[in-house]
Parts: sequence; structure tokens; C-alpha cells
Amino acid sequence: MNSAAEILVPGKAGEGEALVLMAPISFWGGVDPKTGRIADVRHPQHGEVIAGRVLFLPGTIGSSSASAVLMELVHNGRAPAALVLHEPDAILLLGLIVAREMGWQTPIAVRLERGAFDAYRGGAVAVAADGAITAVI
Amino acid sequence: MSLSLSPEEQAIAARQDGAGMAMRIVAESARLLGAPRLIPIASAHIDGALYHGDSGTLFAEKLVEGGAKVAVRSTLNVGALDLMGCSRIRLEEPQRGMARRMMEAYRKLGCEQSWTCAPYQAGHRPALGSDVAWGESNAVVFCNSVLGARTNRYGDFLDIACAITGRAPDYGLHRPENRQARLVFDVSGLSASFLASEIAWPVLGSLYGREVGNAIGVVTGAAGHPGEDALKAFGAAAASSGAVGLFHIAGVTPEAPDVAAILAGPEPEAVIRVTPEMVAKARAGLSTAAAVKTIDAVAIGSPHLSHAEFDSLERLIAGRQLAVPVYACTGRHALALLEKDGRRKRLEASGVVIVADTCVVVTPIMPDIGNGVLMTNSGKFAHYAPGNTGYAVLYASLADCVESAVLGKPVFTDVAA
Repeated sequence: MNSAAEILVPGKAGEGEALVLMAPISFWGGVDPKTGRIADVRHPQHGEVIAGRVLFLPGTIGSSSASAVLMELVHNGRAPAALVLHEPDAILLLGLIVAREMGWQTPIAVRLERGAFDAYRGGAVAVAADGAITAVI
Repeated sequence: MSLSLSPEEQAIAARQDGAGMAMRIVAESARLLGAPRLIPIASAHIDGALYHGDSGTLFAEKLVEGGAKVAVRSTLNVGALDLMGCSRIRLEEPQRGMARRMMEAYRKLGCEQSWTCAPYQAGHRPALGSDVAWGESNAVVFCNSVLGARTNRYGDFLDIACAITGRAPDYGLHRPENRQARLVFDVSGLSASFLASEIAWPVLGSLYGREVGNAIGVVTGAAGHPGEDALKAFGAAAASSGAVGLFHIAGVTPEAPDVAAILAGPEPEAVIRVTPEMVAKARAGLSTAAAVKTIDAVAIGSPHLSHAEFDSLERLIAGRQLAVPVYACTGRHALALLEKDGRRKRLEASGVVIVADTCVVVTPIMPDIGNGVLMTNSGKFAHYAPGNTGYAVLYASLADCVESAVLGKPVFTDVAA
């Protein structure tokens, strides 16, 4: 399975186990900035850890402090290996933009149709620096 | 359309200093949002000085090291510490030190030490129709709706970057066509006594936010102007339960002299007719505690209490001793007046804990007791307190909150919708 995705925020190419979120998430209050664990008890994937994973996001909700949580994850070495979004989320991605300005290494963020997410569920995925998404066998 | 920057904006973005960093952040956001250009702003309200982790402190300090200064009037939202020393914050080192460094960095950037989520009651009231960049959801919704100034919901980092560059991406609520109402929220089916009661506007706000989400609506059927503190409570509740950035109230808010003037088309896309049953359900939904016999605390002041709200509090307490503390959150703008005539001492002697510069849901202040019960008259506290403090919540009017604090057990006066 290969997709060419549009780059939303350039960053380090990443590879990891896919984590395809089944519901939108609020990063502030929903993801622990120290560990990357999904802390929102109402989220169906509560308890999963986003650190080191290729994170497929169907959408984000809630607080405008999502950017602060994502930057804190980058700073703590607990960011996802790459982010795959259905649409550009300016508040969340600001966390990567500002982390880059700080000189910290950030994961790449790319855009992909939500319908294409499922094909990557359950396996390892690589996102190249040019935005190409590849299932790793 | 892709983003086009002026030669001056491009030159700033190419610099290696703090201003260059801020311009690149604003431009990158504009590009992601699909904005065609940047527009000048008249002021900013900065929500980014609340400590969420060390990276935010390091960011603010890097702007300071790069010589950045805000280009427009910029007030600060709450921080994680009570710099006025009214209340004891249980934040431990090293977080406490990092939170203090963060607050200090924003001061050095030239921001006003307002430390309030109600800057619009602390003298920061941008003009009708002016473009501004405000953060903090209740401040954003008040600024757009009640003042008629134009802002999007600016999040952490982008708020200060806009303040330094004096610019914001041209999109969303900065554009007049996006400020028109598509929904009608009709409250004419509710009783006059309910609409005149103190709980009406926070409860309606909570219902409104849930019903409209991020759409723009106009409220009809309100009998006259409910007062600024009621609009403040409505907006704060609506921005907690939904992604509301702007509301209109026909005949009350400045962009809606009447319904026809603010509707996007000849007919609304939907009409929500609010029934007493919907209100009863919304009111019940603000409480999370089941039948309880005692309460552990009362918290008020989200958004921060105004002078008029302190007047009501003092009148209701009437010199009595409270059995459980009332945490009264406010900004230093209100504190100055309380200090002047000895009222702060009288309130504290009754058992009121005044919290300045911050509030009880953003930093640890209330004791960590497990299974605690908190009573509040704030729709916003009711929304955030269970997750952020671990306290279960009971929602009630200020009068009931005070009576309950005097008795140490919940008292409710029924107001039929």
C-alpha cells in the first residue's frame, strides 16, 4: 500500500506502528504531554500511546492549547513518528511549526484522505521526507 | 489562493531575531489556513502564558532573547501562579519556577500584567469593527459578540506571534461575510421569571454551545439587555460546550439591531425553539454530583468576577461565616478596588478565598481530597472542574452557592424555565 501525500509541515521522515484513531481527539486534556498516552477516558483508544507511532488523525477537537501539548511531546521525545491528517489543523500543527523554530527535530505531517486511513491499520508504516506513505512488510 | 506577503513582511520573515521568528509563525499559520494575506491588528490578548510544560517557557524566552516586543496593546490571560499572593498555589518545583519564568518572559515582551480572562472588564475594549488577535475562548466570544471587534480563536504561540508582528491571517471571523447568522436560537418560549433569573444566561449558553457547535447563531426572544455579566456568562458557557467564537442577540449585541440585519439569507437555515424541557436538561447536565448531603467548596469567577459580581457576593454573604470556602477568582483590576475600602479583609474574614491572576481549574489551588464536591454558578467551571480538579460539580445560582457555603450542604431554589 503506497500513497503520495501532500506535505503539511516538513520534518523528519518517520517509521512506526500505525495508530489510526477511531475518533477525533483533544490534545489538551486528551493526551499526556509527558508520556504521549491517550488520557481521555471517553476516547475509544484510551490508554494507547502515540509516541513513536505513525498517527492517523481523523480530526481534532477542543482546546486551542493543542499546539502547546504537541510541542511539549516533541520536547519530551514523545512525539509521534509522523502525523497523517485528513485536513490541515492549524492549531495542532502550530506545535510543529514552533518546535521547528526552536530548532528541535520534528516529525513530518502530511495530508491524506480519511478513506485511505484504514488500509494502514495494524501494520508498520513509513512516511518519507517527500510525503510518500508506505506500508512496511 | 496562496499566501502573498508584502516586501516588508518578507524582509522581517527572513530575519534571525525574535520578530523574524514571529513573522514566520504567523505566515506558516496563514498558509495552513488558506489565508491570502496578513492584515494589521489593533490589539492582542495572550492566552499563551499559562504553563503547560517547559517547552512553552523556552519558546517565550527565545522570543525575549531575540529582542522581540509586542507591536500592539497586548493584555495577558491567567497564568499558573497568584502573583498577588492572595491564595496559595500548590504547584511544586521545578514546575513552579518554570511557570514563573514564563510569566516573566511575557512581561519582558511588553505585555500588560493584566493576568485576567476578563480583559474586557479590565479596560481592554477594542472598537466595533476593528481587527484584533485574542486568545482564551470566553474572551474571544465576548470580544466578537459584545464588543463587535473581530478575532478568530487564537491559540497558544500564534497569539503572541500576532502581537509581535502586529498582523494576523486574513480569514474566518475577520471577514464580515463569515460573521452573519445562519441559525436562530429562539428563547421566547421560556418564562419571563426564568429569563430574568441569574442562572438563565449561563444555562442557555451551555445549551447554545451544544446546539450550534461552531455555527453562527442569533438569539431571539430576549426581553431587553440582560446586562454585561450575563452576556459574559452566556459566552463563556457556550464556548465551553461548543466551539462558539461569535454569537448575536437580536436587539442587544452591536451587529444585530434586529434579526433581519444579521441573518445571512432571507430565512435562517434552522430555527432552534428552546423549550423549558431543553433548559431543564441543560441545567441538570451542568451538575455531575449525584444526590449529595454536603459540599466541600464553592468556586465562582469563571470568567473572572467583576466589581458588580463582588457587590452581589458581599450582599448575599451579609457578614455571615461560611462553613466551606468560597474561592472567588478575579483579576488584579478588581482587586485594586476591593483593597481600597477594606472589603477584601471583610470577605476573607467570612471565609472567602480570593484568587487573583489565575483560577482554580488551571492550577492546583483547592485541596486534593478525592471525591470532593464543588458548587459553582459558572457554566465554564461546571464544564472543566471535574476533569481538571477531580471535584464533582453541582451547578446553582450565586445565591444558592452562598447559602450552601454558609450551611456546608447544598441548597437549591427552584426557578421554573
